[in-house]
Formats: sequence, structure tokens, C-alpha cells
Amino acid sequence: MLEIKGLKASVAGKEILRGIDLSVKAGEVHAIMGPNGSGKSTLSHVLTGREGYTVTGGSVSYAGKDLLAMSPEDRAREGVFLAFQYPVEIPGVTNKYFLKAAYNAKRKHRGEPEASAGEFLKIIKAKAADVQMNPEFLNRSVNEGFSGGEKKRNEILQMAVLEPKLALLDETDSGLDIDALKTVAAGINAMRSPQRAFVVITHYQRLLDYIVPDQIHVLAGGRIVKSGGKELALQLEKEGYAFLEKAAA
Amino acid sequence: MNAKSCADAFARALPGLPGGERSELASLRRAALERFKKAGFPTTQDEDWRFTDLSPALAKPFEPTLDWAKVPAIGERPRFGARLVFVNGRFAPELSDKPAAHVRPLSEVLRETPKPVDPRMADGEGALASLNTAFFSDGALVRLTGETPAVHLLFLTGGAAGTPPMIHTRVLVLTERGSRGLVVEEHAGLGGTYFSNHVAEVFAAEGASVEHVRIQNEGLEAFHVSSTRARLAKDARYAAHAFGLGAALSRSDVLCRLEAEGADCSLNGLYLASGTQHADHHTRVIHERPHGSSRELYKGILDGKARAVFDGAIEVTPDAQKTDAKVYNKNLLLSETALINTKPEFKIHANDVQCKHGATVGQLSSDALFYLRSRGIGAVEARNLLVHAFAGEMLAALPEMLREPLNAAIDARLP
Repeated sequence: MLEIKGLKASVAGKEILRGIDLSVKAGEVHAIMGPNGSGKSTLSHVLTGREGYTVTGGSVSYAGKDLLAMSPEDRAREGVFLAFQYPVEIPGVTNKYFLKAAYNAKRKHRGEPEASAGEFLKIIKAKAADVQMNPEFLNRSVNEGFSGGEKKRNEILQMAVLEPKLALLDETDSGLDIDALKTVAAGINAMRSPQRAFVVITHYQRLLDYIVPDQIHVLAGGRIVKSGGKELALQLEKEGYAFLEKAAA
Repeated sequence: MNAKSCADAFARALPGLPGGERSELASLRRAALERFKKAGFPTTQDEDWRFTDLSPALAKPFEPTLDWAKVPAIGERPRFGARLVFVNGRFAPELSDKPAAHVRPLSEVLRETPKPVDPRMADGEGALASLNTAFFSDGALVRLTGETPAVHLLFLTGGAAGTPPMIHTRVLVLTERGSRGLVVEEHAGLGGTYFSNHVAEVFAAEGASVEHVRIQNEGLEAFHVSSTRARLAKDARYAAHAFGLGAALSRSDVLCRLEAEGADCSLNGLYLASGTQHADHHTRVIHERPHGSSRELYKGILDGKARAVFDGAIEVTPDAQKTDAKVYNKNLLLSETALINTKPEFKIHANDVQCKHGATVGQLSSDALFYLRSRGIGAVEARNLLVHAFAGEMLAALPEMLREPLNAAIDARLP
């Protein structure tokens, strides 16, 4: 589903990604771990087409298409979803309206009829219940005044509504207490399916207790320096990232 | 056009104006003309007009006499209550609802009694408002008694071929104790170049509540100046919503005096300007007695090479203890070349007051734009969504029936 080959990218002239290779198949869950500044968030931004990042080399193929040639909105409509590390507050736009616009943009892209307000309300109420979100939050402005946990839950709600093929979760565990973490992880696990792939980006091993990955990759200095099974997370937890500094050098 | 040509036109115009040549009203008009002649048109040398230059407008040969345009077909337009329509400053009965006790054309009122309708009329006005007093050809008298049905005053103005007209219209809102009502003024263009000079006076009696919506949606070759003055008695409430959407150059002056205890005023405004439009909003709220409150929020959306001016002054006199006043101005700049001069300010002469003010100027958030696009919402739609969200607060403050039509009017003006 996702083939990243030799991906290099820079921000403001500084090279952050220095040749990433990663292959993710449908149905798989991959975790990318690494110390601060290793390029984890840059990778998620490059994959979703955020402005300000310059790809200087390599390629990214998604479902057989050149992902990097697509606009951010087309990537989303094709089924790529990024759960943001810092979800953005949008005063004056209700969560419901926002989700409906996103949902219908995707349907339109696929040549499907747009959902009416009534149809959509039914869908979104069911999805909100799935992620244990109070339906009142649907009528509030997007993320405005939400707690850290509510914002992350809102990301999972968006994912549930948009049903992506490839979900990138950027530090979804950051700022969550253990109960919120469990709810969010349950929401993600409920969406695991043979047709869907996940790339979970995280600094801490903690999240991987709840979302068990098929593979773990360690990112350091803009490269993947080690890959392995879920036992790698435990090793990192014990030994820290220090040993990587040598490997990356 | 200059002060002298206006004065010369006055003698020609007076016989045809409501009240005619020999009436108490004619005396009021003459006195107003003298005040105007003394002051002249404002220039950028005047502190209050530093950023708004009328000289390009005055370079045109506007004719401040009556100009009866042909009454146009107006088709289906949203209605906000009993509607009186004025075309180039003249009442158009064929387009209007039947005048009622609570809303009558001024021309009709003055035909019966050609004297100032209220002794406070034209009191303490500025130069352009004085010019209006001298020349106003028509407008409406609104009387609020008890719960009064909504009133919609539609002013349509257009410039014919040849000399462009200068049109002076007027609204007077008188209220009984404890009355309530909604007055919607809509100024729309019929095309061409013209200069419209409008005055509205609102006298809110004790405990009265007046909601006053002003929609300035003049044509893009038009010049529009307006002066709104509200005086509030004890526990009176005045809520104004100003929408500045049209005109090549517009200037709106609002003066709100809280003359007795417990008066409350809220001034909401939204201005849009693009291309080379120039929009100037001056407001002044004067707290004269204790326990008054005022809330003011003006928002602006500017694109292209548009320029806007906001000057929101709140004055608290020594007698106005326990005043609670706020004034904010927020601007969204959609281009690198749009410009805003903003100045919220306080003049406080009392010591036990709560006053806050602030101004912001910003662009669309790139974080928010990316967030929307990352969910599949197209770039143009994402931008529109955020612009609407910015304007949405001012629509939400409106009476329900006005929200959708105003939303559509704003849509039509947005890039």
C-alpha cells in the first residue's frame, strides 16, 4: 500500500529526512519510534503534503500512485489520514459541519452522491458513540476549548468517519492520561482491518502496549536505523535511544 | 462639487423639499446649511478624517438637488418587516407596503406638519449630517410603541447618465417608554456613480429596546456616507449591527450617548472590502451617567488593495461611575496589499469603571488551512470556510430572519 524509497526532505534548507525506506502492506500496523528531532513528524507532514517541506530525493508510492504529486486534499480523498499531534482549533466552524464537508468531499471524489444533512447526522452520531464522544461536541467549534484528550478523541472520530486506507497517527498518545489513552487505542483497534494500514508514530513505548504493531522501525538522524518486531519496543524502553546515536553516525 | 456649489443648489432645491420654503422645517434647513457652509466638507487635515480622503468624490460634479430616477422593478428581495422603499431619495409607494402608524415616509409626515418632528432633531450633528438636514428629500419616521412589528427601510440609489446625483435620506426613530422594535435599513445600488448621504437618529426612551440593523450594500462606483446618532434614556437598550459591504468609498459615523443610568448599547459591525474599496467606520460611545454598559465588536475582511479604517472611541464622563465598556476590532487580511488603520480608544474621566479594548490584524491561519485540506476539503473551499467562520460571529448576533440573507449578501461580495 505504501512504498517509501530513499525519501529525503528538508525544512528551510536543512535536511531532516536523509533517505527513508519503508514498505507498509494493507492490514499491517507499523510503529515508527525515535528520539525528539529524529524526523518523525517531518515524515508525517511530508506524506500528507504540508507546505514548507521540500522533498529533495526519493519517491513515495501509495496504492500504486505517486503520492508526492498529489495535493493535500487529494491525498485525503484517496484515503490517507493523518491524526495530528496538535489538532488545530477552528473557531466558528462546527465539528459537524467540518466533518460533513470532509465526508462529502471524499464521496464526490469517488463519484458517489453527497450525503444529506439528515443522512450524515445518523452516520456521525453512530461514530461518535463508537469513540465514546459526547454528541454535544459535534455542535461545538472544531477543537475549540477541547481538552487534550478530547482533541485526540476528535481525531479518532474524524478517522472513523472518513474510513481511510492508510492512517498515520502522529504522537497520538502525547498528553493523554491512561484512561484517555485506552479509549483512543480502542478506537484505533476497532478500525484495524485487512484493507487498512496504520503507521503509528510515537516517542514512547507506552502506546504500543495497547496498539500492538506488526513491525517497529527506529528513526534517528533522518534514517531508519533499526527495524524489528514488537520486542524492539521493549529493548528501547530498557536501553533508551542512546545506542542509536552511534548507529546513526 | 464644493461647499459653495452645495449652497447655490440649496435655493433651487428648497421649494421642492418636504416642508417647502416657508416652514419651521425650512428654518431648520437654513440653519443647518449655515453650519455646513462654516465647516465645509471634511478634509484629511481634520483629525477624524485623516485616513479618508473625500476629494476624489468631491472632484465629481454631484448635484445635490432632487433627482427622481425612474422607479425600477426590484423583483424578489428578502423582506424583514413592513417595507418602505425609497428610490433616489424619494418614497416609492408602488414598491412599498402601505405606510402604517409605526412607519411612515417623512415626506408624508412633513406635508401634514412641516416642522421638526422632534425638538432634538439635527441636534449636535457634524458637517455632512448638517448638509443632510439642509437637503434631505425623504426617509422614514419610525415610532415604537409596546412590541412594535419589524420595519424594513430599503433605499435604492443609482446614477443616471449625465450629472451624478447626491442623495440625502433620513431616518428618525422615536420610542415610547418600554417599547421594543427592530429597524432594518438597507442601502443598495441601482448602478452608476452617485453620492448617498444618510442620517439616522434614534431616541430610545426609558426602558425601550431598539435593534437597528444597517446594511450598506451600495454599488461599487458609489460614495456612501452615513451618520447614526442614538440617545439612550434610563435603562434603554440600543443594539446596532452595521454591515459595510459596498461602495467605492464609504464612511460611517456612529455616536451613541448613554444619557441616563443603566443604559446599555452594543455596536456590532462587519465590513468587507476588496479591489480598491475604502471603508471607514468611526464610532463614539459616550457614557454620561452611572451603571451604563457598552459592548462593541467590529470585524473586517480585506482583500486586494482595499483600505479600511476603524476608530472606536469610548468616553466615560466623571459622572459615569460603574461603567462597563468594551471595544474590539478584529481584522482579517486576505492579501499582502490590503491595509487597515485601527484605533480603539478610551477617554476615561471616572475612577470606578471597567473598560477593555483591543485590536487584532491577522491572516488566515496556515495551520487551519492545512488541517482542513488534510481532511479532503479543497483549498478554495477551506479558505471560504475560514473566512465565513470569521464573519459568522457577526451573523450569529443578528435576529434570526436576517442571518441567511446577510450570509448570501456577504457571499456575493467575497472573492
